[in-house]
Amino acid sequence: MERIPILKLGKSLFVTVQVDIDDRLATTLQDDLMQRIVDTGAKGVLIDISSMELVDSFMGRMLAGIASMSRILDAEVVVVGMAPVVAITLVELGLSLPGVRMALNVERGMAILDQALTPLRVGGEPDDGDDLPYAPT
Amino acid sequence: MATTSPTPPPDASEHQLTLFPIVCDDDVVQFRHQVRAAAVAAGLRLIDQTKLVTAASELARNALEHGGGGLGEISTPRTAGRTGVRLIVEDDGPGIPDVALALTDGASRAGGMGMGLPGARRLVDAFELWSEVGVGTCVTVEKWAR
Repeated sequence: MERIPILKLGKSLFVTVQVDIDDRLATTLQDDLMQRIVDTGAKGVLIDISSMELVDSFMGRMLAGIASMSRILDAEVVVVGMAPVVAITLVELGLSLPGVRMALNVERGMAILDQALTPLRVGGEPDDGDDLPYAPT
Repeated sequence: MATTSPTPPPDASEHQLTLFPIVCDDDVVQFRHQVRAAAVAAGLRLIDQTKLVTAASELARNALEHGGGGLGEISTPRTAGRTGVRLIVEDDGPGIPDVALALTDGASRAGGMGMGLPGARRLVDAFELWSEVGVGTCVTVEKWAR
């Protein structure tokens, strides 16, 4: 059975959807991805759709589903590389993919995941070393 | 075929007709490819190709999932110097009891009826839906080169 390869890069998984996928392949990808998240403990998933010539309602729901399911499994999903014509068509179709983190390309997607996977310090800002431990009152 | 009528119906113009059975997932993919090829041949811009192929995908999936399989027809009508692509997707499934509801945004999300029909309608220049309970459903859409 045909499958979309899922690569592991550090703490993240990387998927490139290169073919014109049918519904079964999309569903298989969803199942495979959830299993890999559990097996590897991945905290981030990058899905590159730059080769996809269209995203219809099924594929849109599939992407939204992957994002919600991954979140429940404590992994952040970033979808990258959507072609402009695909974005225009998707919105006109009535799907705006709420809850799916998008990025323009793989590089920016990686940056988002890196940031999300870096443990936050109190206050959410990098420690520049000049903070007082506790301000005496 | 020549015609002397001042406003010939689109059907009267010269066009090729191709038929595709839609009975499995891969047929939906193949139908998309054929629609894309017809759209390119008709001179549709990339954005219009994408809209038409996306609409075709919605209609083909509806025929497969709700109609139990169907038939897709692709033709490239020519009227008054313009070229376009016309798709007819039909099935002999259970039909749509409430066509108006099926064409309402959000209605499909409740499940059951024609997923993506209102969306597909927005993506094309002309949209016609015929359905009769117990007989089947037939959707005709057109996209014209600008």
